[in-house]
Amino acid sequence: MPQIKKFLYVNRKAPHGSIYALESLEVVLVGAAFDQDVSLAFIDDGVYQLMLNQNTNGIGVKNFSPTYRALSDYDINQIYVEKESLELRGLKQEDLLPLTWEDEDEDWAEKDSIQVVSSEELGDIIDKQDIIFNF
Amino acid sequence: MSIELDGKSYETDEEGYLVNMGDWNDALASAMAREDGAELDSNHWEVINFLRDYYEEYQIAPAVRVLTKAIGKRMGKEKGTSKYLYELFPYGPAKQACKYAGLPKPTGCV
Repeated sequence: MPQIKKFLYVNRKAPHGSIYALESLEVVLVGAAFDQDVSLAFIDDGVYQLMLNQNTNGIGVKNFSPTYRALSDYDINQIYVEKESLELRGLKQEDLLPLTWEDEDEDWAEKDSIQVVSSEELGDIIDKQDIIFNF
Repeated sequence: MSIELDGKSYETDEEGYLVNMGDWNDALASAMAREDGAELDSNHWEVINFLRDYYEEYQIAPAVRVLTKAIGKRMGKEKGTSKYLYELFPYGPAKQACKYAGLPKPTGCV
Protein backbone atom coordinates (compact mmCIF):
# COMPACT_ATOMS: atom_id res chain seq x y z
CA MET A 1 0.00 0.00 0.00
CA PRO A 2 1.66 3.23 -1.08
CA GLN A 3 1.80 6.00 1.47
CA ILE A 4 -1.03 8.52 1.42
CA LYS A 5 0.18 12.01 0.60
CA LYS A 6 -1.31 15.36 1.47
CA PHE A 7 -2.36 17.24 -1.66
CA LEU A 8 -3.41 20.88 -1.59
CA TYR A 9 -4.93 22.63 -4.58
CA VAL A 10 -4.55 26.40 -4.30
CA ASN A 11 -7.06 28.46 -6.27
CA ARG A 12 -6.31 32.16 -6.73
CA LYS A 13 -8.23 33.30 -9.80
CA ALA A 14 -11.78 34.40 -10.53
CA PRO A 15 -13.96 31.55 -11.83
CA HIS A 16 -14.59 32.80 -15.33
CA GLY A 17 -12.47 34.68 -17.84
CA SER A 18 -9.66 32.16 -17.66
CA ILE A 19 -9.54 28.39 -17.66
CA TYR A 20 -7.74 28.04 -14.30
CA ALA A 21 -10.72 27.46 -12.01
CA LEU A 22 -12.40 24.83 -14.18
CA GLU A 23 -9.09 23.08 -14.92
CA SER A 24 -8.30 22.95 -11.22
CA LEU A 25 -11.71 21.47 -10.44
CA GLU A 26 -11.28 18.82 -13.12
CA VAL A 27 -7.81 17.87 -11.89
CA VAL A 28 -9.21 17.62 -8.36
CA LEU A 29 -12.01 15.30 -9.50
CA VAL A 30 -9.71 13.12 -11.59
CA GLY A 31 -7.11 13.00 -8.82
CA ALA A 32 -9.77 11.98 -6.30
CA ALA A 33 -9.65 8.47 -7.78
CA PHE A 34 -6.24 7.96 -6.16
CA ASP A 35 -7.44 8.05 -2.54
CA GLN A 36 -5.05 10.70 -1.30
CA ASP A 37 -5.57 13.27 1.46
CA VAL A 38 -6.93 16.15 -0.62
CA SER A 39 -7.73 19.69 0.44
CA LEU A 40 -8.53 22.86 -1.47
CA ALA A 41 -7.63 26.44 -0.65
CA PHE A 42 -9.28 29.55 -2.06
CA ILE A 43 -7.27 32.76 -1.86
CA ASP A 44 -7.43 36.22 -3.52
CA ASP A 45 -9.98 36.33 -6.37
CA GLY A 46 -10.19 32.54 -6.04
CA VAL A 47 -12.82 33.03 -3.33
CA TYR A 48 -15.23 34.13 -6.08
CA GLN A 49 -15.18 30.55 -7.39
CA LEU A 50 -17.34 29.51 -4.43
CA MET A 51 -19.87 32.34 -4.72
CA LEU A 52 -23.54 31.43 -4.41
CA ASN A 53 -25.97 32.17 -7.25
CA GLN A 54 -23.48 32.47 -10.08
CA ASN A 55 -25.09 33.16 -13.42
CA THR A 56 -23.02 32.93 -16.58
CA ASN A 57 -25.80 33.47 -19.12
CA GLY A 58 -24.41 36.84 -20.12
CA ILE A 59 -20.92 35.57 -20.91
CA GLY A 60 -21.76 32.37 -22.75
CA VAL A 61 -19.75 29.95 -20.63
CA LYS A 62 -20.88 27.03 -18.51
CA ASN A 63 -21.68 27.75 -14.87
CA PHE A 64 -19.74 24.92 -13.25
CA SER A 65 -20.22 26.17 -9.69
CA PRO A 66 -22.83 23.44 -8.87
CA THR A 67 -20.00 20.94 -9.33
CA TYR A 68 -18.31 22.13 -6.11
CA ARG A 69 -21.32 20.63 -4.31
CA ALA A 70 -20.32 17.21 -5.68
CA LEU A 71 -16.89 17.35 -4.02
CA SER A 72 -18.17 15.57 -0.91
CA ASP A 73 -19.24 12.63 -3.11
CA TYR A 74 -15.56 12.40 -4.03
CA ASP A 75 -14.62 12.43 -0.33
CA ILE A 76 -13.19 15.93 -0.56
CA ASN A 77 -14.36 17.87 2.46
CA GLN A 78 -11.43 20.03 3.54
CA ILE A 79 -12.00 23.34 1.84
CA TYR A 80 -10.15 26.34 3.21
CA VAL A 81 -11.11 29.90 2.38
CA GLU A 82 -8.79 32.70 3.41
CA LYS A 83 -10.51 35.12 5.76
CA GLU A 84 -8.56 38.18 4.63
CA SER A 85 -9.42 37.55 0.96
CA LEU A 86 -13.12 37.38 1.83
CA GLU A 87 -12.98 40.56 3.93
CA LEU A 88 -11.10 42.54 1.30
CA ARG A 89 -13.90 41.75 -1.14
CA GLY A 90 -16.69 42.53 1.33
CA LEU A 91 -17.78 38.88 1.45
CA LYS A 92 -18.91 36.59 4.26
CA GLN A 93 -19.15 32.83 4.45
CA GLU A 94 -22.93 33.17 3.88
CA ASP A 95 -22.14 34.51 0.41
CA LEU A 96 -20.49 31.20 -0.49
CA LEU A 97 -21.97 27.87 -1.52
CA PRO A 98 -23.12 25.92 1.55
CA LEU A 99 -20.81 22.95 1.00
CA THR A 100 -21.38 20.07 3.39
CA TRP A 101 -20.39 16.45 3.86
CA GLU A 102 -21.75 13.56 5.91
CA ASP A 103 -19.46 12.06 8.53
CA GLU A 104 -19.78 8.28 8.37
CA ASP A 105 -18.09 7.94 11.77
CA GLU A 106 -20.66 10.17 13.47
CA ASP A 107 -23.89 8.61 12.19
CA TRP A 108 -23.77 10.63 8.96
CA ALA A 109 -23.86 13.96 10.76
CA GLU A 110 -23.86 16.81 8.25
CA LYS A 111 -20.81 19.04 8.56
CA ASP A 112 -19.49 22.12 6.81
CA SER A 113 -16.76 21.43 4.28
CA ILE A 114 -15.71 25.07 4.15
CA GLN A 115 -13.47 26.43 6.88
CA VAL A 116 -12.66 30.12 6.86
CA VAL A 117 -9.08 30.45 8.07
CA SER A 118 -6.71 33.37 8.58
CA SER A 119 -3.73 33.90 6.36
CA GLU A 120 -1.52 32.68 9.20
CA GLU A 121 -3.52 29.49 9.73
CA LEU A 122 -3.45 28.84 6.01
CA GLY A 123 0.32 29.20 6.13
CA ASP A 124 0.47 26.37 8.67
CA ILE A 125 -1.83 24.25 6.51
CA ILE A 126 0.38 24.85 3.47
CA ASP A 127 3.45 23.91 5.52
CA LYS A 128 2.03 20.46 6.24
CA GLN A 129 1.43 19.47 2.60
CA ASP A 130 3.44 17.02 0.56
CA ILE A 131 2.26 18.28 -2.81
CA ILE A 132 0.83 21.65 -3.79
CA PHE A 133 -0.85 22.56 -7.05
CA ASN A 134 -1.28 26.24 -7.88
CA PHE A 135 -4.06 27.41 -10.15
CA MET B 1 -19.99 10.51 -36.53
CA SER B 2 -23.71 10.35 -35.99
CA ILE B 3 -26.57 8.12 -34.99
CA GLU B 4 -29.70 7.76 -37.13
CA LEU B 5 -33.21 7.43 -35.74
CA ASP B 6 -36.53 7.75 -37.57
CA GLY B 7 -34.88 9.44 -40.53
CA LYS B 8 -33.12 12.02 -38.37
CA SER B 9 -29.40 12.20 -37.81
CA TYR B 10 -27.85 13.15 -34.44
CA GLU B 11 -24.22 14.21 -34.18
CA THR B 12 -21.95 12.17 -31.90
CA ASP B 13 -18.24 12.30 -31.10
CA GLU B 14 -15.81 9.57 -32.16
CA GLU B 15 -16.77 7.44 -29.14
CA GLY B 16 -20.50 7.72 -29.74
CA TYR B 17 -21.35 10.35 -27.09
CA LEU B 18 -24.02 12.85 -28.14
CA VAL B 19 -22.54 16.22 -29.10
CA ASN B 20 -25.69 18.16 -28.21
CA MET B 21 -27.19 17.08 -24.91
CA GLY B 22 -30.47 18.68 -25.94
CA ASP B 23 -30.90 16.05 -28.70
CA TRP B 24 -31.43 13.34 -26.12
CA ASN B 25 -34.65 11.39 -25.68
CA ASP B 26 -35.65 7.89 -24.51
CA ALA B 27 -35.86 6.49 -28.01
CA LEU B 28 -32.38 7.74 -28.82
CA ALA B 29 -31.00 6.04 -25.70
CA SER B 30 -32.57 2.77 -26.78
CA ALA B 31 -31.17 3.21 -30.30
CA MET B 32 -27.65 3.76 -28.93
CA ALA B 33 -28.00 0.62 -26.82
CA ARG B 34 -29.20 -1.40 -29.83
CA GLU B 35 -26.08 -0.34 -31.74
CA ASP B 36 -24.07 -1.97 -28.94
CA GLY B 37 -26.31 -5.06 -29.12
CA ALA B 38 -28.05 -4.27 -25.82
CA GLU B 39 -31.71 -3.90 -24.86
CA LEU B 40 -32.53 -1.47 -22.05
CA ASP B 41 -34.70 -2.75 -19.22
CA SER B 42 -36.00 -1.01 -16.10
CA ASN B 43 -32.72 -1.63 -14.24
CA HIS B 44 -30.78 0.16 -16.96
CA TRP B 45 -33.25 3.04 -16.95
CA GLU B 46 -32.91 3.42 -13.19
CA VAL B 47 -29.17 4.09 -13.63
CA ILE B 48 -29.61 6.25 -16.73
CA ASN B 49 -32.21 8.42 -15.00
CA PHE B 50 -30.03 8.67 -11.93
CA LEU B 51 -27.14 9.92 -14.07
CA ARG B 52 -29.31 12.50 -15.77
CA ASP B 53 -30.54 13.79 -12.40
CA TYR B 54 -26.97 13.90 -11.09
CA TYR B 55 -25.82 15.87 -14.11
CA GLU B 56 -28.73 18.26 -13.79
CA GLU B 57 -27.84 18.95 -10.18
CA TYR B 58 -24.03 19.00 -10.28
CA GLN B 59 -23.21 19.65 -13.95
CA ILE B 60 -20.90 16.64 -14.12
CA ALA B 61 -21.16 12.97 -14.82
CA PRO B 62 -19.93 11.17 -11.70
CA ALA B 63 -16.88 8.89 -11.67
CA VAL B 64 -17.73 5.21 -11.43
CA ARG B 65 -16.72 5.02 -7.76
CA VAL B 66 -19.06 7.88 -6.93
CA LEU B 67 -21.85 6.41 -9.05
CA THR B 68 -21.57 3.04 -7.30
CA LYS B 69 -21.73 4.59 -3.86
CA ALA B 70 -24.63 6.87 -4.74
CA ILE B 71 -26.66 4.08 -6.37
CA GLY B 72 -26.18 1.96 -3.24
CA LYS B 73 -27.34 4.79 -1.06
CA ARG B 74 -30.39 5.58 -3.12
CA MET B 75 -31.47 2.18 -4.45
CA GLY B 76 -30.25 -0.32 -1.91
CA LYS B 77 -26.96 -1.96 -1.06
CA GLU B 78 -27.38 -4.90 -3.46
CA LYS B 79 -27.37 -2.46 -6.39
CA GLY B 80 -24.45 -0.37 -5.14
CA THR B 81 -21.80 -2.81 -6.27
CA SER B 82 -19.48 -2.81 -9.28
CA LYS B 83 -20.65 -6.34 -10.07
CA TYR B 84 -24.29 -5.30 -10.43
CA LEU B 85 -23.43 -2.22 -12.47
CA TYR B 86 -20.96 -4.02 -14.73
CA GLU B 87 -23.56 -6.69 -15.45
CA LEU B 88 -25.93 -3.96 -16.62
CA PHE B 89 -23.25 -2.01 -18.47
CA PRO B 90 -20.41 -4.35 -19.43
CA TYR B 91 -18.43 -1.60 -21.19
CA GLY B 92 -18.10 0.24 -17.88
CA PRO B 93 -21.08 1.60 -15.95
CA ALA B 94 -20.08 5.24 -15.95
CA LYS B 95 -18.90 5.32 -19.56
CA GLN B 96 -21.65 3.28 -21.16
CA ALA B 97 -24.54 4.52 -19.05
CA CYS B 98 -23.46 8.14 -19.55
CA LYS B 99 -23.42 7.58 -23.28
CA TYR B 100 -27.00 6.28 -23.30
CA ALA B 101 -27.98 9.11 -20.94
CA GLY B 102 -26.72 11.62 -23.49
CA LEU B 103 -24.10 13.01 -21.12
CA PRO B 104 -20.47 13.79 -21.81
CA LYS B 105 -17.86 11.19 -20.90
CA PRO B 106 -17.43 11.19 -17.11
CA THR B 107 -14.85 13.44 -15.52
CA GLY B 108 -12.33 11.38 -13.68
CA CYS B 109 -12.58 8.45 -16.00
CA VAL B 110 -9.23 6.68 -15.68
